[in-house]
Amino acid sequence: MMNWTLALPEAALACAGLAILGAGVLPRRHDMFFPISMAVIGALVLAGVLVLGQGDGAALAGQYVSDAFARFSKVLVLIGAALALTLALDFNQTDRDLARFEYPVLILFAAIGMMLMVSANDLMTLYLGLELQSLAAYVLAAFNRDSERSAEAGLKYFVLGALASGLLLYGMSLVYGFVGTTSFDRLAEALTAEHAASLGLVTALVFVLAGLAFKISAVPFHMWAPDVYEGAPTPVTAFFASAPKLAAVALLTRVLTQPFGELSAQWGQVLWLVSAGSMILGAFAAIGQRNIKRLMAYSSIGNVGYALIGLVAAASADPAVRSEGVRALLFYMAIYLLMTIGAFAVLAAMRRRGRPVEEIEDLAGLARSDIGMAVWMLVFMFAMAGVPPLAGFWSKLFVFRAAIEGGYVWLAVIGVLTSVVAAYYYVRIVRVMFFDAPGAAGALDARPASLTVVMAATGLFTALFSVAPGPLLAAAQAAVAAIAG
Amino acid sequence: MTQPLLADYFPILVFLVIAGGVAAAMVGGNLLLARRKPDPEKLSPYECGFEPFGDTRRRFDVRFYLVAILFIIFDLEVAFLFPWAVGLGEIGWFGFWSMMAFLLVLTVGFLYEWRKGALEWE
Repeated sequence: MMNWTLALPEAALACAGLAILGAGVLPRRHDMFFPISMAVIGALVLAGVLVLGQGDGAALAGQYVSDAFARFSKVLVLIGAALALTLALDFNQTDRDLARFEYPVLILFAAIGMMLMVSANDLMTLYLGLELQSLAAYVLAAFNRDSERSAEAGLKYFVLGALASGLLLYGMSLVYGFVGTTSFDRLAEALTAEHAASLGLVTALVFVLAGLAFKISAVPFHMWAPDVYEGAPTPVTAFFASAPKLAAVALLTRVLTQPFGELSAQWGQVLWLVSAGSMILGAFAAIGQRNIKRLMAYSSIGNVGYALIGLVAAASADPAVRSEGVRALLFYMAIYLLMTIGAFAVLAAMRRRGRPVEEIEDLAGLARSDIGMAVWMLVFMFAMAGVPPLAGFWSKLFVFRAAIEGGYVWLAVIGVLTSVVAAYYYVRIVRVMFFDAPGAAGALDARPASLTVVMAATGLFTALFSVAPGPLLAAAQAAVAAIAG
Repeated sequence: MTQPLLADYFPILVFLVIAGGVAAAMVGGNLLLARRKPDPEKLSPYECGFEPFGDTRRRFDVRFYLVAILFIIFDLEVAFLFPWAVGLGEIGWFGFWSMMAFLLVLTVGFLYEWRKGALEWE
């Protein structure tokens, strides 16, 4: 009847979350952070295995859908969440406020929310998944409660996030008012070519787009990102920049290509502007930044702009270009996820005499004090700048190619030009690390082993991607066939 | 399919217009017809006939908010339980176990706040 066994990964992860929450709070001890983190990483891995064994189909009365697209995104979301948690293991244990067992539990619940987002087949499931993820994220942003900046980040994120949810809900209620259903399948049936888009429906679509653009921090709904990224503790920022962003982009892709596929002429124009704006702002606003977390915030805004080029191409009338666009987008987000987590592992390792430091100048002379970390950071920065043999080059190449094949030549031109501008600030970090003399404050502390693991895993992927690009490309291709075939 | 759906909402539109009209008539009539002779006593703020005791921007103990939040959660739970109990005959075992799953989630949350000391005032 309800066929709930299809949603086994989410159900298992939710049960594990409840059990882990109980296990964390029952013993009257204060050192539960590490064991609970390990249990959560175990649960995330288990959910990943269950996702790989998941079949195709719809479940829970059509609210939930499992297909290759959802599975591709879910595996990446789980990888991102597990790496972001590994990144926090040593960082959080140096601070009594951060070493609370609620931290891994919140990441676990956010992961369930993201899995529901990418599997949503109804506006209701979409909203519930998004809110589950967002509520966990608001608390995580304010997790360092004695820090004024962390509390400010949490509050700002919460207030603006609530506003975005309001816009999204308003758009969704308009959609329901005009079409009479919230199910993606029935929306797609109702919005056929002969049933032309009414003005009201386009307005509704714009509201939905605005709400989702906020969640992926695309221009003009990006203004929360720099403050939140700067104020939140570094492992939390690493999490925000990786898995939730991928999940929201995947969700946006499904919503636009499936239920609103027939309105592609309308949303294509909006996304063109959003994409170009994000790329331009991401490139120029990051130049003047001194705080490296703020710089990464602008960099992530720019990266979302590049990824959205793929979605603009997915608005094309030609089915071949459509699937090429979605494939380029998925491919871009997968590589972006791993590059970003790697770069944030380096930021999390930036400590001097036990205190976290976050200025770009603090990296000066890193090549002399810790050549290993400097080389990993060089790999991540060159990859983000799009230097050829590294993974970031291929992801950019694919989105630009999709744009040109779809006839969006100007978007590709803007993309290439802004990449050149962005390369300046990525290469500047490399210059500071390798050629500047170390500052008077002295060298950074030795990096903990858990961060070395994250750096090495993501760094090897980024550096050696060209050797074996096949599996990721094949997985992305299968995912595309599920929604834009 | 859009027209009948919107037509169903027509009574609400009528109701909104009437409600807005009545409210506007009352406030507007008061503005136009009432005699106004303000003096300092009439204009000063008061609390139930007394002089105000303190500044309205006074701080409250954060524990009140905690209790309020806990109250809302369990209040909603009960609001959810009543229709479930009334309709249990029709929704069957599936409905029964759905509510049990919901209550289990709430119980884990309750366990958490209990062990964290959220229920202790001092």
